[in-house]
Amino acid sequence: MIATTTPARPRGRLVQAVVRFREAGIILFIVVLSALVSLRSPAFLTAANFNNILLNIAILVIVALAQMMVIITRGIDLSVGSMIGLTAMMVSFTVVALPGLPFPLAVVLGMTLGAALGGFNGLLVARGGVPPIIATLGTLSIYRGLIFLYSGGTWINAYEMPPGFRDIAKGTPLGVPNLILCALIVAGAVYYFLSYTRTGRDIYAVGSNPDAARLAGIAKERIIFRVFLISGLLCGLAGVLWASRFEAAQTNTAMGFELQTVAAPVVGGVNIFGGSGSVLSVILGAFLLGMINNALTLIGISPFWQLAVQGLLILLAVLTDSVIARRLQGFAGRRSR
Amino acid sequence: MVPQSETPDSNPPRSVRRTAARSAGATGLLPTLRRTAVRWEGLLVLLILIVTLVNSRLSPFFLNGSNLLRTTSDFMELGLMVLPMVFIIITGNIDLSIASTLGLSASLMGRLFMSGWNIWAAAGVALLVALGAGLLNGVLIARLGLPALAVTLGTFSFYRGSAYVLLGDEAARGYPAAFTYLGQGTLGSSGIPFSLLLFAVPALIFGLVLHKTTFGRYLYTIGNNEAAARYSGVPVARIKITVYVLSAMMAALAGFVLAARFGSTRPDIGSGLELTVITITVLGGVSIFGGSGTLVGAVLALVLVGILRFGMGLVNLQGPVQDVVIGLLLILSILLPQLGRMSAARQTWRGVALLRPALALGVALLFGLFFFWSRTLILNRP
Repeated sequence: MIATTTPARPRGRLVQAVVRFREAGIILFIVVLSALVSLRSPAFLTAANFNNILLNIAILVIVALAQMMVIITRGIDLSVGSMIGLTAMMVSFTVVALPGLPFPLAVVLGMTLGAALGGFNGLLVARGGVPPIIATLGTLSIYRGLIFLYSGGTWINAYEMPPGFRDIAKGTPLGVPNLILCALIVAGAVYYFLSYTRTGRDIYAVGSNPDAARLAGIAKERIIFRVFLISGLLCGLAGVLWASRFEAAQTNTAMGFELQTVAAPVVGGVNIFGGSGSVLSVILGAFLLGMINNALTLIGISPFWQLAVQGLLILLAVLTDSVIARRLQGFAGRRSR
Repeated sequence: MVPQSETPDSNPPRSVRRTAARSAGATGLLPTLRRTAVRWEGLLVLLILIVTLVNSRLSPFFLNGSNLLRTTSDFMELGLMVLPMVFIIITGNIDLSIASTLGLSASLMGRLFMSGWNIWAAAGVALLVALGAGLLNGVLIARLGLPALAVTLGTFSFYRGSAYVLLGDEAARGYPAAFTYLGQGTLGSSGIPFSLLLFAVPALIFGLVLHKTTFGRYLYTIGNNEAAARYSGVPVARIKITVYVLSAMMAALAGFVLAARFGSTRPDIGSGLELTVITITVLGGVSIFGGSGTLVGAVLALVLVGILRFGMGLVNLQGPVQDVVIGLLLILSILLPQLGRMSAARQTWRGVALLRPALALGVALLFGLFFFWSRTLILNRP
């Protein structure tokens, strides 16, 4: 047991150093960028605008955290956008058909449906031995197609939604919009889960060294199944929030969202090869993406630039990671010699 | 060196594969792999025949030479991108930016054309920019050693974003007939679409390069064991860069064909095609982990997807519903051989308690019931 963990330790410390460095780097980047933008647009550094950015990234944070857990196990979940769209549609249909349904039940329904979809992904990957990228590429198409089969091409409009449904996301019973509260709760729960529960620790173990994890008696398949299950569960939650926030469910809801949920962790410094990743990194990555989109609009740059800037940001993040990792490895190498 | 190529899937640990081979009564690894490959491509041919048969029963217009030829022009741009994707995936990498490169080059061409350029000059410049885009991918991945998935995710956004910056909410149109011939024209009175020829020639070249040249063998070597390839003197970085440049070049070509077929260009042209291209490549038996696959398999998968879509169009299935079938096909193509291997390798698999499968089945059943019940609530309302 000790013999297997000891050689891995320096690498673990190295990874942690990179993560700390990256988090500090992003915070610095955010501060400098905020200062620059606020010089051009005084509306930027206001509480209302901050609230706005948080509202815009809340759903992204929830799903990106799920995506991060999958990525830590060396997987990827490309079907998140389709799972959000399908649960949003099914929950919207249900609340419209049954206006008396209590809204907490609608949230539970969404999460249950999402968990079923995520569980199917998990079965394919963990029990069926289908590589994650292939399995979720397939279910991306399947779940998206199910939305069409389900709705027959129709959609749910704002006026059809039962009154009060929008408050699931937009209500402010505690002074803060529920959407932001939800993201905070999920972030807290994921942090606790990854840091203090056995399954959470096993997720890192499976991702950083699958062979060692197996020798240590961790059932890799079970962990991977659970990670996909959780991803579906959180996508179900995100689906309900999405339908409530935009007061609509369409066949193209959250189409292409999967790439943003990968972008946020990557920008935040989560290693795409698995084994590392923190809740703070994902939140910072998502915040940076949201902030830049917001800033571009405020300083009057055409929204057509958003996608290009996001791409450059991802490239910059990946480049930075590799430079830092190489430097640190250089130090470590010299010291050990 | 382990003889590579020609297995649809080198994913399971070698021990499992060997066990499977042994239990199948095979004498060595190589013949088994060969047989798998033949079986794989044979299976694709069989599927194509079945779909053709079903299609011809569905519509009397299907088995008609000129109709069949005409439909091929609907997926030739996919084919153009599948060819380099086979190379990339065989080296164990991936290119998510391929459809964005298509969008960038088509949009740049459209932009230049709208500002008065000659269409061929505009296409030439767009092709050069696409080559630059491929070079950027290649250099970041091969020279700087960055992960292909992350790099091409970044350039996926960057190139598509650049297309939006170039065209905004405009559409470039009014291309001359000589240009739209690329996507709409036929060879004389034969009814053969020009785009089919535009695909067939590169397909032949890519096939020869992959299976008959040193370069092609290097691709498999890199995919099987990159470190070993480097130590045996394979110019790994240069080959990877070449492959990404090739990919961008074919994407640009596909962009021109698509723009010619539509007769116009909008910045979202071809978006989402990267996933279809990867699906076809994997369906064709190219292992996502690299090191194996054939070009013939990928082309067969392209034909299969093409006629399957055509047939589903005949019975008026919507595009996204067609995607369900393609998605299922993709998953089953990997799942079934895997399950077969597992049951051969692990006898205990059969001994697993029935509780979990029953639970999964129950969940699926409940989901299905709710799916249809809640659906009728809305769709049958007055």
